[in-house]
Amino acid sequence: MLEAVTQGFLYPNEVEVLWSLLIVLYPYITGLVAGAFIVSSLYHVFGREELKPVARFALVAAFSFLLFACTPLLFHLGHPERAFNIMFTPKFTSAMSGFGYIYTFYLIIVALEIWFVFRPDMVRLARESIGLKKLFYSVLSLGVFDVSEKALHLDHKITTFLAAIGIPSACVLHGYVGFLFGSLKSNPWWSTPLMPVVFLMSAIVSGIAVLIVSYAIIMKLRGKTVDSGCMQSLCGYLWGFFIVDVTLELLELISMGYEGEESWAAISQLIGGRLQFSYVVLQFIVCSTIPMVMLGIVSLWKLKESTRNMLGIISSVLLLIQVLAMRWNVVIGGQLFSKSLRGFTSYMPQFFGREGLLVALILFAMPFVTMYIINRILPYWEKE
Amino acid sequence: MNADRRKFIKQTGWTLLGSGILVSVSSFFPAAGRAMQKGSAHELYGFIVNTNRCIGCGKCVEACKTENHVPEEFFRTWVERYIITADDTVYVDSPHGAVHGFKDTEVKEKIEKSFFVPKLCNHCTEANCVQVCPVGATYTTKEGVVLVDEKHCVGCGYCVQACPYGARYIHPERRTADKCTWCYHRVKKGLMPACVVVCPVEARLFGNLKDPESRVARILREERIGVLKPETGNSPKTFYVGLDKEVR
Repeated sequence: MLEAVTQGFLYPNEVEVLWSLLIVLYPYITGLVAGAFIVSSLYHVFGREELKPVARFALVAAFSFLLFACTPLLFHLGHPERAFNIMFTPKFTSAMSGFGYIYTFYLIIVALEIWFVFRPDMVRLARESIGLKKLFYSVLSLGVFDVSEKALHLDHKITTFLAAIGIPSACVLHGYVGFLFGSLKSNPWWSTPLMPVVFLMSAIVSGIAVLIVSYAIIMKLRGKTVDSGCMQSLCGYLWGFFIVDVTLELLELISMGYEGEESWAAISQLIGGRLQFSYVVLQFIVCSTIPMVMLGIVSLWKLKESTRNMLGIISSVLLLIQVLAMRWNVVIGGQLFSKSLRGFTSYMPQFFGREGLLVALILFAMPFVTMYIINRILPYWEKE
Repeated sequence: MNADRRKFIKQTGWTLLGSGILVSVSSFFPAAGRAMQKGSAHELYGFIVNTNRCIGCGKCVEACKTENHVPEEFFRTWVERYIITADDTVYVDSPHGAVHGFKDTEVKEKIEKSFFVPKLCNHCTEANCVQVCPVGATYTTKEGVVLVDEKHCVGCGYCVQACPYGARYIHPERRTADKCTWCYHRVKKGLMPACVVVCPVEARLFGNLKDPESRVARILREERIGVLKPETGNSPKTFYVGLDKEVR
């Protein structure tokens, strides 16, 4: 790690930033899960038919992100080989101790939902193929080959039920990640009851945004056109959730400033100094204002399809950066000032190394590789 | 099964489930003053720092490093120097934790007051670090000492973030949380913590709060004392004599 540039007084153990880039990535990936799952549930539970083209993809995306949500933590832990202590010897006074259970529960729900949604495909593929491939799909379908109308109807009912449990679970999972930070009274930049809600809303925003961008790219690669109603609807939801998200983010800041507690002097210096680019410029000015206006135009005016898609995609890319910047500003920002409130340190991630940029990029790419592999096994675009 | 019996079983089930949830939820919240009563009947350790006495020599920091093999860039204890000028500007420093003491100040303005404040783990009664450790590796002994089980700690760093005093760090070789133990290994043999032993001016005192004849208990009874960041609700057992409002 590069030597930290300090200013003012820090407690001597605070010079090095402990929670690194990977701890920024962890809530970011977890957030993408929540958003993608909500989109899939809007179709499966709330019957938003216009989202059908991305419903299966959204579910697979949620599952893929979920599979890798914990990996940044494992790379960060001092003793990853003891990671399961959190489930075997949990201490329930700790907000962190519930993570293993909440995560596992949610993973099971999403895996089950995927199985039920893709069951007819598994059965079809098992019937159509021969040899090892046939065996593979038969095992995947757990030997259940009943695809009668009655069976499919039951599948649909179960899927709806799972999605209905999945929504609160997704909210709990991500609200919980926010609580991990929001409940730490030692840190005035983190300690706010708004934190879980802000995390949840930004999670949904990033999840919808990643679907829009991926959907557009995949359709382009497949030489197909983007479904107009689906895109319009996704942009509308993105706009709505983002309005709530950015309002809460601003509310949090305004409350802190207006209350003007002892810590405000340090926090205002942090915002005006070390976080000026990532917080003021990136998170608010560039990546909030522009998408807010663009998505407003997309949602309120009737535009040419290509213009609408372009605005939607640009907004989504900016919002993906906005949420990443927000995670950075929370996680890293909270460690840049001393708990003595008298000084600041700095952080610049290394490129190589266990917690470096390269590892972060590889970990972030893994869910997309997983989506590709799943598509090879259970093509989720075929039926549209 | 008749209806009455079924109703009884159902109600008992709900009651058990309800009480289970209630107990687990209540254990999630810290109980003010609860831990003061836990611990053995005869021993509850406490630490007193007299800031009026400290001369900033840094012998305590050096002794602690030697006794506990503390890595060079981290500190289980350190000393801060406060310089407050006539226009109320506060200068604070602690070069290398003051392991080599302090050089003359470079502050040019008129100095109103100046003093040294030794810092260490506060071994809080309602320790935030104990509350947040997800695996129970950080715990409080029956004598009120907060320790880390390095064989169980996963090295997540949550306790480091939760400590409002900056008293914890992740040990670079062991990759687990580390901090002041009040030299528990010495104390259990009837010795004093290393920093207390080497302090030439008795700015650091350690003893049994439950023994009314101990010096720490007497000072707590007779002097005006303060604790660091009382607003966090952590109830420290490291007490300060002569604590200035600028000290955090």
